[in-house]
Amino acid sequence: MLSKIATPIIAVIIFLGLWELLVWVNDWPNYKMASPSDLPPAFWKYKDLFLTMGWQTLWRTVAGLMLAVVFGTLIGMIIGFSKIARDGLYPLLIGFNAIPKATLVPVISLIFIGQHDFNTVLMAFMISFFPIAVSVGIGLSTLEPEYRDILRALGASRFTIFRKIALPKTLPEFFGALKVSATLAFIGTNLVEIVSPHGRGLGALFKSGETNGDYPLMFAVLIALAFLGIVLYYAVIFLERIFAGWADREEK
Amino acid sequence: MAAHFPKGKIIENLIEIKGVTHAYATASGPLPVLDGLDVSVPKGTFAAVVGPSGCGKSTLTKLVAGLMKPDKGEVWLHGEQVKGPRKTVGMAFQNPVLLEWRTILENVTLPLEIVAPKMPKADRRARAMELLDMVGLIGFENKRPSELSGGMRQRASLCRSLVHKPDVLIMDEPFGALDAFTREDLWQTMRDLRHAEPFTAVLITHDLRESIFLGDQVIVLSDRPARTQYVMDVDLPDDRTLDVLFTPKAADMLHILRDQIKIAQGRLEVGE
Repeated sequence: MLSKIATPIIAVIIFLGLWELLVWVNDWPNYKMASPSDLPPAFWKYKDLFLTMGWQTLWRTVAGLMLAVVFGTLIGMIIGFSKIARDGLYPLLIGFNAIPKATLVPVISLIFIGQHDFNTVLMAFMISFFPIAVSVGIGLSTLEPEYRDILRALGASRFTIFRKIALPKTLPEFFGALKVSATLAFIGTNLVEIVSPHGRGLGALFKSGETNGDYPLMFAVLIALAFLGIVLYYAVIFLERIFAGWADREEK
Repeated sequence: MAAHFPKGKIIENLIEIKGVTHAYATASGPLPVLDGLDVSVPKGTFAAVVGPSGCGKSTLTKLVAGLMKPDKGEVWLHGEQVKGPRKTVGMAFQNPVLLEWRTILENVTLPLEIVAPKMPKADRRARAMELLDMVGLIGFENKRPSELSGGMRQRASLCRSLVHKPDVLIMDEPFGALDAFTREDLWQTMRDLRHAEPFTAVLITHDLRESIFLGDQVIVLSDRPARTQYVMDVDLPDDRTLDVLFTPKAADMLHILRDQIKIAQGRLEVGE
């Protein structure tokens, strides 16, 4: 248990140490690469901004991710249960997913002018629903027929079969996808915050660091983003333990 | 013959398959699997169905369970034509298909949630425990399927298929994936379950010894498209033990069945 917490912390310390060493050995100025020792002063100097803007980034990311869970699961159900829908929707989904989302920022900022929160949530959603839809779809379409038959032979409805068997059986795949989606959603939020900044979110803080030539601040923002990503990731792991803990085989 | 229907008496056929013909649509045209199949299984009888690989035996189970409709012909259960799934059927497969997120007890009570949604939880539990006791799984009811051996999982699967007291138990090679000793253990469990709670059964198998140990009658199907090629009444004592398989009588029966399978495979001419 102790090693479970200690191991990742030691890994982070070693990483920071190597980073510090790299900057020190090469004698890089901080506009080329800030070192870890530059970061605490940067955080301290802008601690209020980090708190408010970090919160803005976090809630918009989580809102987008929640939308992605709802719509991704719905789309996954449609493509998982209907072969026609699968054949029809897959090319559209893959085409949409292949579009670099940065190109969509000006598009949605024009469609929903001034709605910055909405645009940010929308982008976080658009970038993160795909893995969820695909994994739920695959989970449902690859359900072994016997699993359906044991309930179908008793006259159970499609909905009952979905609720009692298909849904719980897909949960491990769903959480696998959610881990990918959680980090993707951050990328979506930050895209909007950086490309079309409205003075909100860590992306805007990064942008202002760039404008003012405050390089340690820019690095501090990146570290803050990484930190939020890790927090959200572990939140997903926590939910996974609760709802799909059964899929975790204990090592013997 | 089973004790619950003495010979010579007029008996109701619980399962009646009349002239069933069925084909699957494949990329290279329809693939006929059953061709005018006739099977009757009297009430309380254990029918073992054997035949060459891929001859349509699994299709037969789906038709009896009402999961599929035949292209031609009729399937009757209890004097009623089968038009869809019925609550009075239990199914078991080669794969135990236990739900990994449920405990063994919760797996066994699953059919009751569908068939008897109003049954009190304590009654469901008591019924499941009764069966788990019969198959020797007491003490494992709160374990997850992944913590059990293959044989134990199949025992739990059998309990699940019997928990709602079905009048027909349909089994598609339930012991096929088990090692030989575990399989023989399960044959005896099956025999004991049947003594405790009589039911009519259709067992698809590839194991001729299994077919005569468990069956009251053995039905040999021909190669695809399958017809009934041969029906054997198993004339062995009701309370048979594994030793019965080593008697000359059993050897004779196995020999006949072996030849019938060869005929079905086209490796032996009739009358040779």
